[in-house]
Amino acid sequence: MSATVEIRPAPHIKGPRSVEKIMLHVVYSLLPVCAFYIFQYGISALAMMLVAVAACLLTERWFITTGTQSGRLGDFSATITGLLLALTLPPGFPLWMGFVAGTIAIVLGKAIFGGIGHNIFNPALVGRAFAQAAFPTAIATYTPSFLPGRFTEFIPSSLAWPLMTPPDAALWLKEKHLDALAGATPLAKWKFEGILANAQDLLMSLSGHMAVGPSPLLILLCGAYLAFRRYMDWRIPTAILGSAAAVAWTLYAVNPGHYPSPFFMLFSGGLILGAVYMATDMVTSPVTPRGMWIYGALIGLLTVVIRYYGGLPEGVMYAILIGNAATPLIEQISQPTPFGKGGIGKPKRRGASYPLNPSYISREEAAAVTPKRQFLKNKPKRDSGSMS
Amino acid sequence: MSANSPVSSPAALRNMQEFMEGIWERNPVFVMVLGMCPTMAVTVSAMNSISMGLATTFVLAASCWLVSVMRHMIPKEVRIATYIVIIATFVTVVEYAIQAISLEMSEALGAYIELIVANCLVLGRAEAHAAKNPPMPAMLNATGMGLGFTVGLTMIGGVREILGNGTLLGISLFGPNFQPWVVMVLPPGGFFVMGSWLLLFAIYRARKDRNNAALAAQGASHGA
Repeated sequence: MSATVEIRPAPHIKGPRSVEKIMLHVVYSLLPVCAFYIFQYGISALAMMLVAVAACLLTERWFITTGTQSGRLGDFSATITGLLLALTLPPGFPLWMGFVAGTIAIVLGKAIFGGIGHNIFNPALVGRAFAQAAFPTAIATYTPSFLPGRFTEFIPSSLAWPLMTPPDAALWLKEKHLDALAGATPLAKWKFEGILANAQDLLMSLSGHMAVGPSPLLILLCGAYLAFRRYMDWRIPTAILGSAAAVAWTLYAVNPGHYPSPFFMLFSGGLILGAVYMATDMVTSPVTPRGMWIYGALIGLLTVVIRYYGGLPEGVMYAILIGNAATPLIEQISQPTPFGKGGIGKPKRRGASYPLNPSYISREEAAAVTPKRQFLKNKPKRDSGSMS
Repeated sequence: MSANSPVSSPAALRNMQEFMEGIWERNPVFVMVLGMCPTMAVTVSAMNSISMGLATTFVLAASCWLVSVMRHMIPKEVRIATYIVIIATFVTVVEYAIQAISLEMSEALGAYIELIVANCLVLGRAEAHAAKNPPMPAMLNATGMGLGFTVGLTMIGGVREILGNGTLLGISLFGPNFQPWVVMVLPPGGFFVMGSWLLLFAIYRARKDRNNAALAAQGASHGA
């Protein structure tokens, strides 16, 4: 046995925050949201959560044991992926499709890039995007919340056989004489029928039988806890919601008859959930404070634009995925000025002698972008014949 | 692979290696990742993949053979243009042949038959192998590469057809109630399936490397 001696430069103080701790707190803060979702939709929602989390954990475990992915099951990141995925899927989504989406989330969202910390897209949203592209009908089929008997009976489409078409939810509602209740999400109703839901109802998600996700108010409270404990950066949700509200308000001010009110924009669909829990994923969002504002503003703008002018009623998922893709570029343009380098009267960036991407700020390797000094003054002439 | 093959004479062994190189060790789709345009575009079904693969195999084998025969005659400065003309000749042959055999398949594959000319696998083999080797090994190597390409395309096309349509080679596998995965017959499906296969091969390679390292360590400890 030999004792390990760790030699490293200062600082020598170890922060109490570790990946496991952050992820565990995110799971804790998600628990009330999940409980509310189960309260809304009953055992179908509970089963979907269990299946999605199980799919994520099983896939993660397999890739970790085969040695192609870093990380371990105990860091709870796959659990979060599964829970978030279940929260974004409709409650009556067939369980086998939920399993597929969970598997894809880890395989294509995470394992293929090398595991935790290496992914460029939010895994839960990759799974959701795959499900959206593969099963467009099933993912658009919502059932009303607070149905009687939701704790004893599954929504029949949940229990579809693997690889088989789920039964029609509208027929089931008709059988139960509930077809007067709305089966479409408020966003879909606004988009296709022009019916606006009340923003206050949306905020609470308690009244009526609206086909909505967990209450935005609850998500905001849980997010506030995370931001207060500094497990999440408050800038990103603020920027997303601020920019979405600003764009929606501008359009509303221009033509109130055609565009819905900004409050409807904020509280409908998955905007709050996406802004608080998905866009703030530490791996896939910028690390620079200015970059966070740009990133959030981009996502908010894209969300509103996709909702208004796109073919689908909901645009948060694609907006966040595009934001994730733009993250490295945003980090490039939002590097902070090091202490002592800026100031009044000094040229800001011109002729800067420090590397554009210091390794202590950016996740990019400093060596990859810092120009190397050329030591060979007289390079040997290349044989032009062989190199062509 | 060559250790347990039945051939024994050195020349036959070398030929065998030339042939097998493209099928496994340097598979054009999964190892060299060449010719991605047809790989993504036509692998909607297994039948399309097989047809595309065989057409490419013919073009590869024939043009590599001709390039190899003419390798001392072609001036170095215009070799790429010459290869393209040779390849284009055989692509035209293949195009007319497919039209004659099955008009349906010709329509399904569309412009991608003509685009075999631009397939970097064909040009790459002509430049990297056929131009430096005698006709026989060049042709064997090209045939192996072509078959490896066919196998790769069929592996992608098979998965896409099973998940996207519930059939394999047109035979229904899951009955009429099957829920098709729409994305699989769209272009993203090609990327997803391709990525998943690459991931599986990466796992296989990682495992093999680990086993080899463990064996080597074992051998070293036994030797000491």
